[in-house]
Amino acid sequence: MTLTNADVQKVARLARLAMDEAEIESARSQLTGIFNLIAEMQAVDTKGIAPMSHAQDLSQRLREDVVTETNQRELFQSIAPQVEAGLYLVPQVIE
Amino acid sequence: MFNSSLYQLGGALRAKKISSVELTQLYLERITALNPELNAYITLNPEISLAQAREADARIASGNAAALTGIPVAQKDIFCAKGWRTTCGSKMLHNFISPYDAHVIAQFNQAGAVNLGKTNMDEFAMGSSNETSYFGPVKNPWDKARVPGGSSGGTAAAVAARLCAAATGTDTGGSIRQPAALCGISGLKPTYGVCSRYGMIAFASSLDQAGPMGRSAEDLALMMNVMAGFDERDSTSLQRDKEDYARNLSKPLHGLRIGLPKEFFAEGLGSDVALAIEAAIAEYKKLGATIVDISLPNSKLSVPVYYVLAPAEASSNLSRFDGVRYGYRAPEYTDLADMYEKSRAQGFGAEVKRRIMIGTYVLSHGYYDAYYLQAQKIRRLIAQDFTEAYKQCDVIMGPTSPSTAFKLGEKGDDPVQMYLSDIYTIAVNLAGLPGMSIPCGFGDNNMPVGLQIIGNYFDEARMLNVAHQYQLATDWHSRAPQVL
Repeated sequence: MTLTNADVQKVARLARLAMDEAEIESARSQLTGIFNLIAEMQAVDTKGIAPMSHAQDLSQRLREDVVTETNQRELFQSIAPQVEAGLYLVPQVIE
Repeated sequence: MFNSSLYQLGGALRAKKISSVELTQLYLERITALNPELNAYITLNPEISLAQAREADARIASGNAAALTGIPVAQKDIFCAKGWRTTCGSKMLHNFISPYDAHVIAQFNQAGAVNLGKTNMDEFAMGSSNETSYFGPVKNPWDKARVPGGSSGGTAAAVAARLCAAATGTDTGGSIRQPAALCGISGLKPTYGVCSRYGMIAFASSLDQAGPMGRSAEDLALMMNVMAGFDERDSTSLQRDKEDYARNLSKPLHGLRIGLPKEFFAEGLGSDVALAIEAAIAEYKKLGATIVDISLPNSKLSVPVYYVLAPAEASSNLSRFDGVRYGYRAPEYTDLADMYEKSRAQGFGAEVKRRIMIGTYVLSHGYYDAYYLQAQKIRRLIAQDFTEAYKQCDVIMGPTSPSTAFKLGEKGDDPVQMYLSDIYTIAVNLAGLPGMSIPCGFGDNNMPVGLQIIGNYFDEARMLNVAHQYQLATDWHSRAPQVL
């Protein structure tokens, strides 16, 4: 399988990773190598096999619908890059 | 003192032969002397460690000590510990002071253990050599030109160099067992779901599992008694009764059936590693075990399957790092999207970005069935191989890693070569089985070789028994590197 620079650019955009031309070129060649490793998988016949996500095949536990978290806003915001008046600051989104 | 077992240390503390404060000081002094060369620890916090030691001494004085009370244990820097900088080996979290404790950390605190420091690791646990850490590579204490393995390389080096009594690791594709093998220590990855993932920074959630790393199987059993247990805050945590992992240690091995998968002894295995493994198997025969030849025909697919599933889950888990609420934010940006893209581009290292890219691609529109779903199906085939094998044997043995520790920089430019160093460990994570590595000799370059022991689901106590009996009959586990 061969990836193009445009493929890599699209994935970088989806993953929200800024990349310059040189990085895209190097990512393209390394990802191509990895996808060739992965390609081995495609030849396997998996008709009728159920996908496996957990070894024990458990169903999701449910809990009581009660409040368990306490308000720790000040503690959590003490490690934030930028806060003001109890709010997280980001660049303006809506004009 | 630095070579004492956890049982011995606990006994000395309770007999007041040494205080926890004295013991903690001794370790902190040794870390100050040796860590600059080994780089096994990212963060030390003597003030917190010694405060915990004082509390432990008070608890011992009051007669309420538990097995690990007062014992200095190092924590992989993937576990959030309240008040401690928790970096996960990344620039993204270089300034993150955790506001809460991981379940595993809370369990150690409850047991009265002393948190000695946070150990170095591959960035976000992605790596097999500890070279992807933002805080620099860890050196193998047996040869400082070589890697300690990864991702729990800091923990493995710290245990091997006697910079802690024991420590924690996490294992997504071999990150406890491979560094344990490369540093000549013992490590156990429990059955998936036995130790809570709460507060353990997520890499690939369906594979990540915490476990102990130490100098002997006996030490691992004591660590497991603290680490294991149900936690409702982890949706995949298993509801099981508490068990004593040391209960079977002294059982004889007569009648034990050891399965040897032919795929683990095929092309690609270093001849020096093969020799050490064969000698270990011969020792087990002397201890009364019988050998069964088995096959795990789909295990050869485990590397490709892993490099679809793990990056897919990672790309989703790591989307939370956006520079908004915590962690790194780029100093300059034009708008919100630019802030995300620059913060992530500058905050993540090359290997993490590579895996996010793979994961994003395989999950993107039009590729999901061909990659992620196909990988999940083959995952079941790999797990079924083990189920079949356990009809004929009690444990499975083989090499942990195809070679001993390689040189720093040796595999730097080729991610695929690096990925293949986990070829014998990954299938175990995919199946959700418990696996461990114990030292069983040395290779051509005098670097340690690890024997991998794979158990059936929830068979940790038996695996620890199997490892302990070997460690009673041999002394590989008590060999120490000349680090000074």
